[in-house]
Amino acid sequence: MSVPRYWRERVTKYRLIGAQCTNCGKSFYPPRKVCPYCGSRDLKEVALPRKGKVISFTVIRVPPAGFELYSPYLIAIVELENGTRVLAQLTDVDLSEVKVGMPVEATFRKYLEHGPSGIIEYGIKFRPVIKGEDK
Amino acid sequence: MKSLQTVGILGYGVYVPMYRIKAQEIGRMWKREGRLPIEEKSVVGLDEDTATLAVEASLNALKRAKISGSFIGAIRLGTESKPYAVKPTATIVAEAIGATPRLMAADLEFACKAGTEAIQSCRALVASGIVDYALAIGVDTAQGRPRDELEYTAGCGAAAYVLSKKSHEALAYIEDAVSYVTDTPDFWRRPLEPYPCHAYRFTGKPAYFHHIISAAKLLMEKTGLSPSDFTYAVFHQPNVKFPLTVASILGFKKDQILPGLLVNAIGNTYAASSLIGLAAVLDVAKPGDRILLVSYGSGAGSDAFSIVVQDSIEEKRELAPLVKDYINRKKYIDYATYAFYRKKILV
Amino acid sequence: MKENVVICGIGYTRIGEHWDKSLRELAVEASLKALEDSGFDHVDAIYVSNMMSGMLQEQEHLGALVATYLGLRGIPACKVEAACGSGGMAIHQAFLAVSSGYYKTVLVVGVEKMSDRTTSEVTLALASAEDREYVISTGATFVGLNALLYRAYMLKYGVRQESIAKFPVIEHENALNAPHAQFRRKITLEDVLSSPLIADPLHLLECAPLGDGAAALVISCEEEAKNNKCDAVRIIGSAAATDILSLYEREDLLTLYATVKASQKAYEMAGIKPKDVDLLEVHDAFSILAPISLEDLGFAKKGEGWKLIEKEEVALSGRIPTNTMGGLKARGHPIGATGIYQAVDAILQLRNDAGKNQVDNASVALLQSIGGVGGTVTVNILKR
Ligand SMILES: [Zn+2]
Repeated sequence: MSVPRYWRERVTKYRLIGAQCTNCGKSFYPPRKVCPYCGSRDLKEVALPRKGKVISFTVIRVPPAGFELYSPYLIAIVELENGTRVLAQLTDVDLSEVKVGMPVEATFRKYLEHGPSGIIEYGIKFRPVIKGEDK
Repeated sequence: MKSLQTVGILGYGVYVPMYRIKAQEIGRMWKREGRLPIEEKSVVGLDEDTATLAVEASLNALKRAKISGSFIGAIRLGTESKPYAVKPTATIVAEAIGATPRLMAADLEFACKAGTEAIQSCRALVASGIVDYALAIGVDTAQGRPRDELEYTAGCGAAAYVLSKKSHEALAYIEDAVSYVTDTPDFWRRPLEPYPCHAYRFTGKPAYFHHIISAAKLLMEKTGLSPSDFTYAVFHQPNVKFPLTVASILGFKKDQILPGLLVNAIGNTYAASSLIGLAAVLDVAKPGDRILLVSYGSGAGSDAFSIVVQDSIEEKRELAPLVKDYINRKKYIDYATYAFYRKKILV
Repeated sequence: MKENVVICGIGYTRIGEHWDKSLRELAVEASLKALEDSGFDHVDAIYVSNMMSGMLQEQEHLGALVATYLGLRGIPACKVEAACGSGGMAIHQAFLAVSSGYYKTVLVVGVEKMSDRTTSEVTLALASAEDREYVISTGATFVGLNALLYRAYMLKYGVRQESIAKFPVIEHENALNAPHAQFRRKITLEDVLSSPLIADPLHLLECAPLGDGAAALVISCEEEAKNNKCDAVRIIGSAAATDILSLYEREDLLTLYATVKASQKAYEMAGIKPKDVDLLEVHDAFSILAPISLEDLGFAKKGEGWKLIEKEEVALSGRIPTNTMGGLKARGHPIGATGIYQAVDAILQLRNDAGKNQVDNASVALLQSIGGVGGTVTVNILKR
């Protein structure tokens, strides 16, 4: 991953920024110029809800280059409270504890380090909802 | 230092990672016999570092402050465990909480005092009117050399405080504060070294005790307050013994100390240590309570604060997880997993 | 369409780890065989189907490279890329070029050279079929994305894994008699389910292997083929479609919309229905793609594709013989070449050259080529 590329994506990935279509009402992650569902170009950028539930998940046991340190790790499709879908890692949870339908919330985490001297990538992952976060 | 009663705490938030290792498990590894300095300490997961801990605590603080990140005019992040030796951690936090781009941001280093130094700095920025809202963070993912005494206690955690002009919105205000600093090399880490060194028993009397006691006495002299005027007192907590001893020397009773004494459960979280202690006290305090907060940072120095709790604490504390929610959220790991998570194993 | 389009020559290498052969050597070997098989010694254009030459070989500009090494200086040539669906898409492009009448004869050669790189490098390169910025950056792999489908499928339709994991067992059986297959050995359902998990619930033996290979087709207009007395098979339907690139953004995870859309168009063009298809090549990069594809191509109702596998209707002796030479799992899956191998295997059947695996009276074959997790699907229908 090049430094400028990571930099361009940082706001979307750090804050879970999406876009909402003013025509069909659907929202999606990441933001874009044209609605993937109805084709409307009338979109606005929105901060997506940080809570949702697991739709499907898997355990990555053969990781791509760069992610070896973290293997095995969980990847899930998460449906946020407003119906927006996000694909992200699950963290702070045992491989055997995850269930489809499990409530999760966004958390800011390290994605990977580019060796001991390169940049560190951060972004959103999801974890089981912390007690007190439901307040 | 001038007494400025004009700065309030608008919001506070903490974060403690979920992994714990028992001191006993570390002792098992090194075949140690006898009493251990604490019960257990917190450990970051593989995908956590000072930046991620600080973001979590800051988001909690913003929830209690009831403002969005875009209002923050300054971030002061105190830590000794920066993800980058050169490149600010505060900018990562600023971007993640939506405070960019119109703000001041910098990391501060003063060993375990960096967090309260951040509060002092933010307090000045708010009091002077330079910014309306400032975010002070104390955060660390400290490392102790394997087998060293510090390995049993060096924990991970973060605390964040949103400061603004004193108003009824503030859940507390800073009644007064003093700082006390000398050049005392009791603990240090040279560049490119993974683990810190310390001066053994020299870290006690001339370092920790001298600075904390001096700062606390200075503050009480200045304000005319005595230990009985404080409902609670929080001291920097590198282990259980030191803060209890310092409390009794200064004339504080155990029930003033215990609500903010967390080192047994999460370890010494360095720059976050006394600030998480303060948060635990705010979690239970009532309007009108007065809190003494005294940090200690090696090198060396202490900041002492008198903080008075206001009415909005009752409503605001429920807006984010309490310290005990984080303390109770825990998963024990063994020494091997700990060594892996803390990158003590080459993989 | 002005011209009827036929495939009049096939050529291919064995699939596997060709330590001693480069990408260009593989491509040339398959191309020369196809040209020889067709009887043509010249073509008007070349389409090279490949996905990862840039990432794995640091070599692009495959059109000119292959043309040069085939001694065909001067002719137009280019690479066609649609991830793992590059092969089907290259056939579709060749079909369009010839049916328009602009080219009379073209060469399509699919090639992928993977064994020069480590598994983690190939894993990362394959993952580029999905959104690099917002999916792959999370650490998701291509296997992992298919595993997400798998779990959702089993949960929604209440299907046991055994019913799906049987598909690779059937394919390995078929590959026993395919000389060009990467794996010519029998496996049992127990072997599959006890093989290591790659991305839960996907086991190693449910995932197509990494391999090198090249396969080529000479595609021409019917008239040219007749003049040249070729053993030709007609392309009676050819269509491609796309879906929202990232799996997670699709409302219905379990329907590959692009398969539905491309197959409907191809059936319409061919004037046939699923029941008229004698044999099938589905893109089973992962076992779960077999039942989903059977459903989306119209061979089973939604949520019932697994029944065709469980009842062995997809075996050589079944109602709809599928992947008769072993499919992606056993014959092999040299990514950019895979869609071409599908055509080769189907043509071996349609020419009655399939040996022990010959399906009697096979006349219509349908080929489904998937790029990504269904981001691109091409359906080509061949008729003898
Ligand atoms: Zn729309």
